[in-house]
Amino acid sequence: MTASPALLVAVPLLSAAVLLLTGRRSDRWGHWLGCAAAVGSFLIALNLVLSLAKQPHESREISQTVWTWISVGGFNVDVTFTVDPLSAVFILLITGVGSLIHIYSVGYMEHDDNRRRFFGYLNLFVAAMLTLVLANNLLLLYVGWEGVGLASYLLIGFWQHKPSAASAANKAFIVNRVGDFGLSIAVMLTFVTFGSVAFPEVFAAADKASSTTITWIGLALLLAACGKSAQFPLQSWLLDAMEGPTPVSALIHAATMVTAGVYLVARCHPIFDLSATARGAVVAVGAITLLMGAVIGIAKDDIKKALAGSTMSQIGYMMLAVGLGPIGYIWAIFHLLTHGFFKAGMFLGAGSVMHGMNDEVNMRRYGALRTAMAVTFGTFAIGYLAIIGVPPFAGFWSKDEIIKVAFEHSWVAGGAALLGAAITAYYMTRVMLMTFFGKARWADDAHPHESPAVMTIPLVVLAALSAVGGWALLHVVNLETWLEPVLGHGEGELPFSSSLLLPLTLAVVALGVAAAWKVYGAGADIPVSAPRGSWFIRAARADLGGDLFNEKVLMQPGQRLTATLVRVDDSVVDGAVRGIGGFTTALSARLRQAQNGFARSYALVMVIGAVIVALALAMVRFA
Amino acid sequence: MGVQLPFPTPQIEYSLLLPVLVILGAAVVSVLIEAVAAESLRRTLQPLLAFGSLAIALAGCVGLWDQRQVVAQGALVVDGPTVILQGTLLILAVLGALLMMESRVDPAGDPFAARASTIPGSADERGFGARRQTEVWPLFLFAVGGMLMFPAANDLLTAFIALEVFSLPLYLLTGMARRRRLLSQEAALKYFVLGAFSSAVFLFGSALIYAATGSLDFAGIADAVSADPTSGLLLSAGVALLLAGMLFKVGAAPFHQWSPDVYQGAPTALTAFMSAATKVAAFGALLRVMFVALGGAAWDWQPAVAVIAGLSMLVGAITAVVQSDIKRVLAYSSVAHAGFILTGVLAASPKGLSGSLVYLVAYGFVTLAAFGLLTVVRSPAGEATDVQQWAGLAKKSPVTASVFSLLLLTMAGLPLTSGFTAKFAAWSAAWGGWQTGVVVIGAVSSTIAAAFYLRIIVSMWFSEGDDAVVVALPGLGTRTVVGVGVASAVVFGVAPQLLLGLVDGVGVFLR
Repeated sequence: MTASPALLVAVPLLSAAVLLLTGRRSDRWGHWLGCAAAVGSFLIALNLVLSLAKQPHESREISQTVWTWISVGGFNVDVTFTVDPLSAVFILLITGVGSLIHIYSVGYMEHDDNRRRFFGYLNLFVAAMLTLVLANNLLLLYVGWEGVGLASYLLIGFWQHKPSAASAANKAFIVNRVGDFGLSIAVMLTFVTFGSVAFPEVFAAADKASSTTITWIGLALLLAACGKSAQFPLQSWLLDAMEGPTPVSALIHAATMVTAGVYLVARCHPIFDLSATARGAVVAVGAITLLMGAVIGIAKDDIKKALAGSTMSQIGYMMLAVGLGPIGYIWAIFHLLTHGFFKAGMFLGAGSVMHGMNDEVNMRRYGALRTAMAVTFGTFAIGYLAIIGVPPFAGFWSKDEIIKVAFEHSWVAGGAALLGAAITAYYMTRVMLMTFFGKARWADDAHPHESPAVMTIPLVVLAALSAVGGWALLHVVNLETWLEPVLGHGEGELPFSSSLLLPLTLAVVALGVAAAWKVYGAGADIPVSAPRGSWFIRAARADLGGDLFNEKVLMQPGQRLTATLVRVDDSVVDGAVRGIGGFTTALSARLRQAQNGFARSYALVMVIGAVIVALALAMVRFA
Repeated sequence: MGVQLPFPTPQIEYSLLLPVLVILGAAVVSVLIEAVAAESLRRTLQPLLAFGSLAIALAGCVGLWDQRQVVAQGALVVDGPTVILQGTLLILAVLGALLMMESRVDPAGDPFAARASTIPGSADERGFGARRQTEVWPLFLFAVGGMLMFPAANDLLTAFIALEVFSLPLYLLTGMARRRRLLSQEAALKYFVLGAFSSAVFLFGSALIYAATGSLDFAGIADAVSADPTSGLLLSAGVALLLAGMLFKVGAAPFHQWSPDVYQGAPTALTAFMSAATKVAAFGALLRVMFVALGGAAWDWQPAVAVIAGLSMLVGAITAVVQSDIKRVLAYSSVAHAGFILTGVLAASPKGLSGSLVYLVAYGFVTLAAFGLLTVVRSPAGEATDVQQWAGLAKKSPVTASVFSLLLLTMAGLPLTSGFTAKFAAWSAAWGGWQTGVVVIGAVSSTIAAAFYLRIIVSMWFSEGDDAVVVALPGLGTRTVVGVGVASAVVFGVAPQLLLGLVDGVGVFLR
């Protein structure tokens, strides 16, 4: 029997409603309900995907229309959930990794008074994320898009007693608004151009629209993707988002939500297929971010921020791949999946370390933890081997393919991807060495201990996936064939012999590892307080000017505009009157004595307004 | 031979005018009650009369659903938009009256000063103590009556009279807050002075239009406009002044400056009604004038309206960001909303009309509920309207915080709320052609606007609160108002078809 796609969304949504509405009454069992909802939706997802697999290869699709949302004239928007091969892999990732992280959180959040509310938000997130990937039209996708954003802000600011958490939530919200603006423009453009926002209709008619329109839609979608996926120039919120509880960082800010931008571009690939300009922009954004994130990862001493820099960088790889056109789509999704395994595993590992170290995040205070926390170390090490791309671990299969197609595209893209691989090897080795090797630099009251089984079992499962998941997806599941009906298929040509690629990549990775070993390896003395460092390290610590950019480009002009407007609104007339000259100044002073309040200036502004209206009318009429 | 009467007997279609006549009649009776009945009796009779007449008028309004007729010798029109606007206004009036009745949240009594004429702080004032006054009811009924007439008016003189009938009581009511009376009185004076000024502007505009076209009724103006396109300067000046006068009432920039002061000073129960209903009535009239009388000259006024719309959205959204008083935040957000609605007006098409109407209905209920909710969060000095005082509200009353968050998200236009439906309806009408730029400005503004809505939400949920601030348990009336607001936000968001279909069914203005 095939389950209903709507049920998949409804289960976590209902559970969230129960957890958030029943209040303290459900404190005792709330977290188990949250886990049950996540696991339940995973089972539904599994059922759906297995049913999907039984359908003929070319036309796999399970659709369910819940209700007609808007119907005006010829324009219809249905709330329709569609499972196709692309959304299938996403629902498995979201509910699968989601379930593991729910279970892990039972242990991680054990001592938190608001654990029930935490699970409510997590369930809400899962429901919204499922809506996002199951939507069969842009408007419903937009609903999910805003929903995951909302859950993400609630969870970033979950520890509201920390002012840094509240301000991080705020920052994430504001930066994301810029991206959401892009999506709303894309929705409107699509609606006006095609008279529909449903994916099948839009994609079928895409080649009839003018190429300028298509490019604009593509760029607006890219802006949306940049906001949600923390890509340049909207990347800065992700590092601050690490203020949230670590399971949140693992689920939302590593494995699923931040990859929604990649999903969006992949889902709308018929648009990008038609516009080389939009594709070029995607490649540029991806290449820049993958290097930026990696460089930021080098300098961070906070283990979560180092991993966050790495997330930015890895999503940069996916963006790069998805911008390459048909040769890249499948590999972007492939890397998205393997990254979901190993990065979620490593974040949870970092959480496990923090759990054992009194919530310390500074790696300069770690060291020699491999014996104290053997399971965490073992699973983290597998994630590490996967991310730097050592065969046969998961990351090797996907990253290697991305480097290959990047070279097929151009030397610049390929070079960036290869350089990124070297830096990745460097900073991840650094994290590894600083945390688990070397001398113990623990704070006096730290007594590192292994986490309880409820936390380590998810680590082991994710480690197993990081170890064999890449190979299995490629050779057992046949991901390439599975996704082909949705994403198409492309063949490129390498500018050099393909037998060179693997040795080249591995050499570059070895170089990165060796360099890190030289600095942080055996016997290296790591000071507990960070040295000043070179200009390069200092720039990287400052997020390569991400905040500076926000401040100069987004915040300051905004503040200045606001201040000016307020001033104008409060006292424009006084200023204008003062400017006119002595006589009026005196008059104005006398008037001010004669009355208090600003009614007179309001009236004058109204006169000015009337004059503006009159002038606008006159210009049309007499111009 | 019969005597030729100098005037023919006017023909009045009483049945079609039922809503207006019932309310104005009740207002007159209400004045009489005020004059003859004893105080205790007045307190029972006045609300009874108000709710009774509103109910009859609403029933009458439903009965007019299919009527499309020019009535009262051409002074008023009963057509689809009239009926839907009057129906909305009457429901808003019922909800507003419920808020005015609320006497549980403030230990001192209902929201209005026991006697507005006493000097604030004087022994005289204290002498009246917690007594309740009933003079607000006739004023309220007259205001409602005027509002019902305004969007139905079919000539400029009737429109002007309706405008004055609903404006004057509102000026008075603004000055009647029980608490912070000086602020309230200052607001009333400002509102009155500026309102009088805008009425004069409106009247002057009407005179110029008469001079240009030789007609005051909308059909006559429309004929003259299409017949004689060379009547340039006079007509332009007249239209500009007329627009300025009406834009004052809807609170569009740069004619908006009164609204934060007045919204802040007026009794919150009245602010709630006024912010919702004035906008509905004034936009209804504005739409009729622009579409019916000046529809032929749309090319002339569209650029001016585009400028005003863009300005309102930006000024409203940006200025709201730095406000620290929630009533002022809502006031500036209503300036931005005026701009969003003007985007629909700008389209100058049937789609623009229905988009604007959808927006008005959606906006009215949510705004009324939001202001209604403001009255329950209190400090010892009265309502706590400083954003700081709302910090940590979620801990004190999760329900209040959740509901207010939902209302704010609705105003921000989050999908699946009525705010999204409204923006969708208004903007899709204006999208395409040169108006697209205005819609883009709208999208930018709503992006900015979301920031200040969120600021309040974040502070409610994520900050530590002030213990002096408490959440009062309101009476059934306030709870009904908030409930209706929340229901409209959700229902019209999840099933926008209900609202879109209703509005599409009413058709266009009758000429």
